[in-house]
Order: sequence, then C-alpha cells, then structure tokens
Amino acid sequence: MSADTAAVRVTLPHHLRMLSGADAEVTLDVTPPISVASVLDALEARYPMLRGTVREHVSGERRAKVRFFAARADVTHLPLDTELPETVANGEEPLMIIAAISGG
Amino acid sequence: MPAVRILAGTRKGLFILESNDRENWSVSGPHFAGWEVYHAKGSPVDPDRVYVSQTSSWFGQVIQRSDDGGKTWFTPGSKEGELVDEQGFPTGESNKFVYDDSEATGRPLTTHQFYDGTQKPWVFSRVWHLEPSLDDPDTVYAGVEDAALFKTTDGGASWRELPALRGHESGPGWQPGAGGLCLHTIVIDPQNPQRLFTAISAAGAFRSEDGGESWTPINQGLVSQFIPDPTAEVGHCVHRIAIHPKRPDTLFMQKHWDVMRSDDAGDNWREVSGDLPSDFGFPIAVHPHEPETIYVVPIKSDFEHYPPEGKLRVYRSRSGGEDWEALTDGLPQENCYVNILRDAMATDECDNAGIYFGTTGGQVYVSPDGGDHWHAAVRDLPPVLSVEVQTLK
Repeated sequence: MSADTAAVRVTLPHHLRMLSGADAEVTLDVTPPISVASVLDALEARYPMLRGTVREHVSGERRAKVRFFAARADVTHLPLDTELPETVANGEEPLMIIAAISGG
Repeated sequence: MPAVRILAGTRKGLFILESNDRENWSVSGPHFAGWEVYHAKGSPVDPDRVYVSQTSSWFGQVIQRSDDGGKTWFTPGSKEGELVDEQGFPTGESNKFVYDDSEATGRPLTTHQFYDGTQKPWVFSRVWHLEPSLDDPDTVYAGVEDAALFKTTDGGASWRELPALRGHESGPGWQPGAGGLCLHTIVIDPQNPQRLFTAISAAGAFRSEDGGESWTPINQGLVSQFIPDPTAEVGHCVHRIAIHPKRPDTLFMQKHWDVMRSDDAGDNWREVSGDLPSDFGFPIAVHPHEPETIYVVPIKSDFEHYPPEGKLRVYRSRSGGEDWEALTDGLPQENCYVNILRDAMATDECDNAGIYFGTTGGQVYVSPDGGDHWHAAVRDLPPVLSVEVQTLK
C-alpha cells in the first residue's frame, strides 16, 4: 500500500471468485475517496476479467442482480461515488459484493 | 478411426466428452460450473483452439478460450501485456459487446419490436452462438441477443459489431421469439467464406455476400401463421439452418413450424416436412458425406416442447426431405418429455458418420452409424443447450 492509498477489503460472490481465481476476500489498494466506484476500479484493475460483471461495460451502472453492503448497511442504491463508512475505508470491515438471491 | 471430442454446453457449465471408438466416453467438467454455457465451438483449422460463451443473468457475458483442447482456459485479452489501458492494466475487452451506433456506419442505434408491439431499444444480454472462421483461428463470429452479429479478429480479445445486419431497414420490425430476440445461427459458405447466412428469432434468415458488410433477407416461401402477414419479408421464427460443404447453394431449415429447403442459397424456399409426425422442432443437421441426408427431431408443438407421444425419435430423410424415417434404436420410446434445442445437434466427419444430440434432460446421445443405433454417451448432465463435435484427425 502506498502512502496515498487505503487497504480496503472486498468480499466476492462465488461465481466471481471462480471467474477471477481470487479468494473469497481480497484486499485492494484504493485511492481515496473510498466509494463503491473507486473500490470497483481497483478490483477491475487487478482482475480485468471482472470488467462488465459487476458494472455494465459502457454505462458503468451496477448490474441489476448485484448488491453492495458496507458496515451492515445496504448501499446498493446509493450513487456509486458515495463515500463508504470509515470502518470500510480503514479495512476494519469489508465491502460486500453480493449476488441477489433468486432461482436458477 | 480418429478420436472425437464433444463440447456440450449446459445450463450449469461446459462438459467435454472424448472417445477413440465412439462407444466409450470420458467426461470432463463441469468447466465454468454454475454458469450457463450457451455454446462452445472449436476452430476448424486448429482443433485445440476452442471458444466458449459463458453467460449469467447476474454477471453478464464472458468469453473463454482454450488453446489446448479444453485442458486450460483463459479470458482473451486479460493477460498481462494484452490490450492494456493507459495505466498499463489489461482492459478486459473480451467480455465487451457494444452495439455500433457510430456516425460512420450511418445506422444509429435503433429500436426493435417488443412482444406487445411497442418499440424497445437494443440491449445486449448474451452470446448465443460462436462460429469460428474456416481458415483463421483468431477470427470468430458471434450471434447475440438482442439480435446482432459481432466479429473478433484477435482471438476473442475484442469484438466489434457488423452493424449492417441490425441496421437493416427491417430491424425495427424484428420481434423476440420465446427465447428472446436472438441471432442464433451463423453459417459460413465453405466454398465462399465471404458468403454468410444468419438466422434470427423472430425475424428470419439473412444472407451476406460481402463478409457481413451488407445483408439481404431470404425468406421467400416461408409461411408463418403467427404474424399478421404470413408471407412477410421478415418476422419469421427460423430455428436453425444447415448446409453441406459440397453443395452450399442448398440450405435446410427447421422453422418454428415447417421443415424447409432452398436450392438457390435462400432466394426461394419450399416445404419438405412431408410425413413427419410434427414439423415443429429446433435443430436440423446434414450428413457429412451425403448432401441429401438430413436429420430433425420433431417436437409436439410450440407450446408443448417435447416429443410427440413421449417417444424420442430422430427422423432421417435420405432424399433431402419429404420422405422421412424414424430412428429409434437406443432412444426412449415411452415417457420421454425432453426437448432438443437448436444448437444441440451435430455430426462428426468419420467415414461412418456419427450423429449427436443433447437433451434438456441432460443426456447426450450418439449414433456412430448415421442414426441407425443410438446410445447415451452421458446421461445426467444439466439441461443441454448446445452440442458441437470435433473430429480429431
């Protein structure tokens, strides 16, 4: 981690762990401000095969069946550049990327 | 006898079956477990090169590639040093299918018809079919939903649309079939690779003479009672088109209803359903060595997607249609209610030709003698979406 980045923990759903080869939880160097968008930028930089799987390729919008939780709060519907809670920004708690539960 | 490799795409992953005698099969997989594999196909010029469409309504489209016959896989363009952005990171373009709405094409993004007749914008959801070039392992066509044709020339690392097809003046009149508005069939003329045939549900069949730069609807002779004008130029739910390499002007089609034939590269079609118990179905295949021998699997109706009378029967015509014989030896003849999807039938190139198909019940059936006798190479896979066969010479 460099002086101007923060170590942010992220948990991935099963299918994205399979696709990326990553562990269930990864720690990323993220440039503040710490938001879902900046965390996903860092995630996609390390795992480019995940581009398009959480956010749409062109619009950059969240895919419909993906949700985000931070510090036990549902942050799915906040603007992606909303700053995340301090406990996520300082690595105390992970940003959780969750696949919506449904059949299939 | 050459070894044979079956690529079976299923609702929950890819399975690879291999055999040296077409009787005893090894099974590997599931590869990409839990994801839908709509289609997997090998390059005709490099059988170790295999492309896979791995999809999920949760996480979108992923293209996988193997350069060693399915032993190992990677997402093209995601290796370090490939297609890097300004920060030096791989760009992950292999999963990116973006409709071409540039000014240069002269065909800005239009709308298509929805089930209820209203207009909807084109929205990419998945790749239904991958058709590798006949002479270049790095070139592949992709048929997608919502219906459009894409092409890669760098081994799947990046894709661009061939926009003239979706931009055809009939585009706003295309409407989805039950499976969505999908481009599911891509046929390359083996004697003239610039000539392409595509089929879209529910728009119909189209032909290009210039490698996909321009397109002509080829639906003259098709009759579809479910559209206001049953003989309209577009609006037909074509399910599958098959071709024989030695006679590329002859095309065979399984339509929503009706088995059809053209002897002028699609300019005109005539019905050859003949004495089939039902002319509804999804796949159609041509014998690799006999251009007039074709195969279909009749399904009861567009609402009842299972074999008539619960009997799984492949029908073979040795006369290019009209006269059909049921092939049943080794197939269940009671209480069978599976479906066989449009991309789930294939042939090998052995001297005694093999015919293959997969079912929504998870069986992959093999006939090593042109359809006379069948056995299940594997029986309990997830629902089979596609079957391709590679003859490993």
